[in-house]
Amino acid sequence: MIDIHNISKWYGEFRVLTDCTTKVSKGEVVVVCGPSGSGKSTLIKCVNGLEPIQQGQIHVDGAEVTAKGADLTALRSRIGMVFQHFELYPHMSVLENLCLAQEKVLKRSRTEAEERARALLARVGMSEHSTKYPSQLSGGQQQRIAIARSLAMDPIAMLFDEPTSALDPEMIKEVLDVMVELAQEGMTMMVVTHEMGFARKVADRVIFMDVGAIVEDRPTADFFDNPESERAKDFLSKILNH
Amino acid sequence: MADFDFNVVWSSLPFLWEGLQLSLWLTFLSIIGGIVLGTLLALARLSGIAPLALLAATYVNLLRSVPLILVIFWFFFLVPLVIGRPIGSFYSALIAFVMFEAAYYSEIMRAGIQSVRKGQVHAGQSTGLGYWQIQRYIVLPQAFRNMIPILVTQGIILFQDTSLVFVVSLRDFMTASSIVARTEGRLVEMYLFAAVVYFIICFSGSMLVRSLKNRMAT
Ligand SMILES: Nc1ncnc2c1ncn2[C@@H]1O[C@H](COP(=O)(O)OP(=O)(O)OP(=O)(O)O)[C@@H](O)[C@H]1O
Ligand SMILES: [Mg+2]
Repeated sequence: MIDIHNISKWYGEFRVLTDCTTKVSKGEVVVVCGPSGSGKSTLIKCVNGLEPIQQGQIHVDGAEVTAKGADLTALRSRIGMVFQHFELYPHMSVLENLCLAQEKVLKRSRTEAEERARALLARVGMSEHSTKYPSQLSGGQQQRIAIARSLAMDPIAMLFDEPTSALDPEMIKEVLDVMVELAQEGMTMMVVTHEMGFARKVADRVIFMDVGAIVEDRPTADFFDNPESERAKDFLSKILNH
Repeated sequence: MADFDFNVVWSSLPFLWEGLQLSLWLTFLSIIGGIVLGTLLALARLSGIAPLALLAATYVNLLRSVPLILVIFWFFFLVPLVIGRPIGSFYSALIAFVMFEAAYYSEIMRAGIQSVRKGQVHAGQSTGLGYWQIQRYIVLPQAFRNMIPILVTQGIILFQDTSLVFVVSLRDFMTASSIVARTEGRLVEMYLFAAVVYFIICFSGSMLVRSLKNRMAT
């Protein structure tokens, strides 16, 4: 489904990604972890073309994201993305947040879009809040709505960039619960997170990154039980004893 | 003091009201036109397309380094030359104001656009929205809202500047007051009255800005 082949990316002179290669099959859940600044966010932003790359190719569902003149808007509408800081549109109500792209990109009618939006709000437990504005909601509620907003586009895969790291501890679970459910329903997911409990529970594989390179890419149990590299061991001991 | 006669104000009210209408109407249309053109200039400067950004920057810097009164003159003489027929003082003044104010509004809108977090654009892009859709539905509404107090402040300055249109013989409120003052020989009364009117309008504007700022801060 997602095929990342030998990609490299530079910001000016600075090499953010170095020869990264990995695959995510349909229905697979892959967790990406690693120290701050290791390039995790950059890697997943490349998957839907939010960041251009200078070397290598990325294919999503057979289409090359990195091809010159690729129809990025069409491609992006099929891949959901959830951000660390939610990025709900503050000047729109919850319902409008969910309807905007459905109407403008998928050309659904207002009634159709609202129907889909309400079904998804119910699913993330936010039905009573459809007329509220983002600033009236807690971080956990905002993130669940952001997930619903992505799902409203009926994506074939979902990307998450540290979806719980801006949340107060007591709100992390409500967001992870939604993600676990999504994973169990068979959604293809690439999740940057340091929630190792989540990784153990639903991830098929864990990718560990350091200074822009993929250092480990192995089945979850394998990764936790006997990490190969010193850097991964070091990282795990820090994060698990934390 | 006994010599003052404020009846002159009362008797010339219809004439002054006509002048005030012209000032307000010119201000209103120039604000709308200035914001629209200014927003386009701001988008051009932030477009990342080098020639377009350079063109917009040159325009803005050029217009900001000449006095408004000169721009009013230019358009009064230039526009008829360019389009081959006279368009009248009002429209030439309106065009001058829009072109001039756009330079200032573009700087305000540029700051406003930059105040919207990059993640908002990413969120829009990740749902497949295109550049114009993102600007139209996500970025500009937020930029505009963040900048409303400054936009209104600029509008107050604009209102005061409309008094310059006397140079193309338009009768705005200030000019009308001057005419009455001189023909009736009541200079002190009329200029005092004009000052009070400007003060009331501009002060209300400032109060509006203050309450908007307070409301946005909460
Ligand atoms: N726009 C940019 N211009 C220059 N350098 C950048 C830019 N964005 C990111 N970087 C650099 O690229 C590197 C990787 O950034 P990235 O955000 O992908 O890391 P990350 O693994 O997601 O880190 P974190 O855990 O802090 O989110 C960092 O060193 C960062 O400073
Ligand atoms: Mg990151």
